[in-house]
Amino acid sequence: MLTTANRLAVASVALTLLTVSSSGALAQKKYDTGATDTEIKIGNIMPYSGPASAYGIIGKTEAAYFKKINDAGGINGRKINFISYDDAYSPPKTVEQARKLVESDEVLFIFNSLGTPPNSAIHKYMNSKKVPQLFVATGATKWNDPKEFPWTMGWQPNYQSETQIYAKYILKNKPDAKIAVLYQNDDYGKDYLKGLKDGLGAKAASMIVAEESFETSEPTVDNHIVKLKATNADVFINISTPKFAAQAIKKIAEIGWKPMHFLNNVSASVGSVIKPAGYENAQDIISAAYLKDVSDKQWDNDPGMKEFYAFMAKDFPEGDKLDGGTVTGYGVAQTLVQVLKQCGDNLTRENVMKQAASLKDFRTEVLLPGIKINTGPADFAPISSLQLMKFKGQQWELFGEVISADVGG
Amino acid sequence: MSAVEDVVTEAPAVEAVPKRAMTLGFGTSLVMLALLLLVPLFVKNFIIFQLTMLLIYGLAVLALNILTGGSGQFSLGQSAFYAVGAYTSAILMEHADMNYALTLPIAGIICFAFGFLFGQPALRLSGVYLALATFALATAMPQLLKLGFFEHWTGGVQGLVVTKPDAPFGLPMSQDMWLYYFTLAITVGIYVASVNLLRSRSGRAFMAIRDNEIAASAMGVDVALYKTLAFGVSAGITGVAGGLGAIAVQFVAPDGYTITLAISLFLGMVVGGVGWLPGSIVGSAFIIFVPNIAEGISKGLSGAVFGVLLFLVIFLVPHGARQVAMVAQQLIGKLKK
Repeated sequence: MLTTANRLAVASVALTLLTVSSSGALAQKKYDTGATDTEIKIGNIMPYSGPASAYGIIGKTEAAYFKKINDAGGINGRKINFISYDDAYSPPKTVEQARKLVESDEVLFIFNSLGTPPNSAIHKYMNSKKVPQLFVATGATKWNDPKEFPWTMGWQPNYQSETQIYAKYILKNKPDAKIAVLYQNDDYGKDYLKGLKDGLGAKAASMIVAEESFETSEPTVDNHIVKLKATNADVFINISTPKFAAQAIKKIAEIGWKPMHFLNNVSASVGSVIKPAGYENAQDIISAAYLKDVSDKQWDNDPGMKEFYAFMAKDFPEGDKLDGGTVTGYGVAQTLVQVLKQCGDNLTRENVMKQAASLKDFRTEVLLPGIKINTGPADFAPISSLQLMKFKGQQWELFGEVISADVGG
Repeated sequence: MSAVEDVVTEAPAVEAVPKRAMTLGFGTSLVMLALLLLVPLFVKNFIIFQLTMLLIYGLAVLALNILTGGSGQFSLGQSAFYAVGAYTSAILMEHADMNYALTLPIAGIICFAFGFLFGQPALRLSGVYLALATFALATAMPQLLKLGFFEHWTGGVQGLVVTKPDAPFGLPMSQDMWLYYFTLAITVGIYVASVNLLRSRSGRAFMAIRDNEIAASAMGVDVALYKTLAFGVSAGITGVAGGLGAIAVQFVAPDGYTITLAISLFLGMVVGGVGWLPGSIVGSAFIIFVPNIAEGISKGLSGAVFGVLLFLVIFLVPHGARQVAMVAQQLIGKLKK
């Protein structure tokens, strides 16, 4: 039988052990609001309704992917609780939803909220609250600004990188080019134009012979194309969204203008742009890509894409795999899972940003071969390389090397 | 006379509301006010923000209510006035470093002028045609805001970020709570003024025009003046609401003020009860919270669920919150006996 003293001794030893072990655990496990031993709460805002509702599929793909991760045991033993709200692409609603996520649902961070105006609306709020606004789904260049906005990071290559890459190609292959630019008169079009001018550098003024802007309210861009042809330019840069891009391709063929034609990645879809414009009109158009195209036969036996097809078949059968949004959603969700794995048991908001800014040569297999995700304390642009491609027959053919261009906001 | 003309020249679609029935009783008003004053003390900042938006949209709905319920004119263009007010406040605050409170009367005055001027040509139109003309205004506004010519001030598509004001005099209050009480004070002020306006000579003139234009002019009401005046007042209040909205949301961008907003406000007015001013707050609650409820029921079909809910409301209580309030009043009356 134990004496009282003995009991006391045992108890104190046990107590000491307990404090030691618990303080040890405290040292390892660190949490901010939204993370616990069993759960990581992630917020998301998508336009499930309204004018941009076609993009809603990205959020649905992400939800399906996180469910798959949870079914397989979660990340470091923690399940992802993915809370996704609809903002109908309306900035005031985005603010309301972001505040709901941060202050009412108390998420650890907001992930992949979509659209430039909605994200602009919460940019300042997220940074003043010091809540990560991670991997926003927009290509504007301003998201890569770690100095002013250390809590915001993009994911896809930004618009300026893309035209910089075209500029590099032009300077190398057609140094005496006369360039005509057609651009959409909004932030997206202007971002692209700026990238082009920066890429051409000092020669921009002499090489760009014409700039035509159009409003999305115009029914057609035909008259702009005719005007641009009259300048006798031999390079045409087409910065427009799918409907206008298709009109431009068609009109150029119609009036017999034969410039070297660069088409922005936004409108590189075969289904929604090239096909309606006519395959014969689109031959030799140059564009750039960073994701594997689902409709491209060459990836049919690619192991990475096979994994994606398996995911779509098993976990998201109602989704359309030909919709580019599913590939994007899958890729960005995989990137986030990598960040959370790197975080380990230190799930503070600060560490989430730190780990997101220390991705080294990470690849999700839906990226084109050779494109890697790299970030750093001063580089908040995860994907900054693209590969050029040329339209041949009925599909894009990749050519040349992967070209990178890092641009800050 | 063809059938179409019949419809247009028929008695106004807005039925006559006796002016007594346009407001709440004194006691009920005080209870409501006490509620609005006390609730923020017990809820999270996020809810306070939602309540602030409730008041702001409530003001905008109230403005439309004065126009439609008061003078019988339709407008689907309120989002345009709201946008002008929002941009006026945002530009004055960010470019001219003006105090946020001072920007509101300016936003109101500019919108009043804008509405008054728009009311001039709109005079020639009535019913569905007026609705269409204002609709055009609402569709045009987001694009006008994007114009390169104004871009230096409006920030183009990127919009403008607005700094949120702190509570003054070192009051121990969060920014959200201060803004709520600030908004509440303005809302109450405008509400009382509106009630008085509708009870005044001008208000009676509005209602006379609503009920029968010819009779009104026969009685000596300057129909043209009062119609445009109603437009001006409505636009002015909407402008103040827009300015408050810009401060609360801390951001203005053309995409925030599309035709969807105008339709939401119209919807809020109908749900709250056309011509019943207190209903504005109910209507505003409907347009803010019901989409969230619909989303909670089904993410993919949120629009359809919203549609069903709206249909139910219109079908069961066609006169909106006013009808519910009247039924409640009768019930209470019976209980008292």
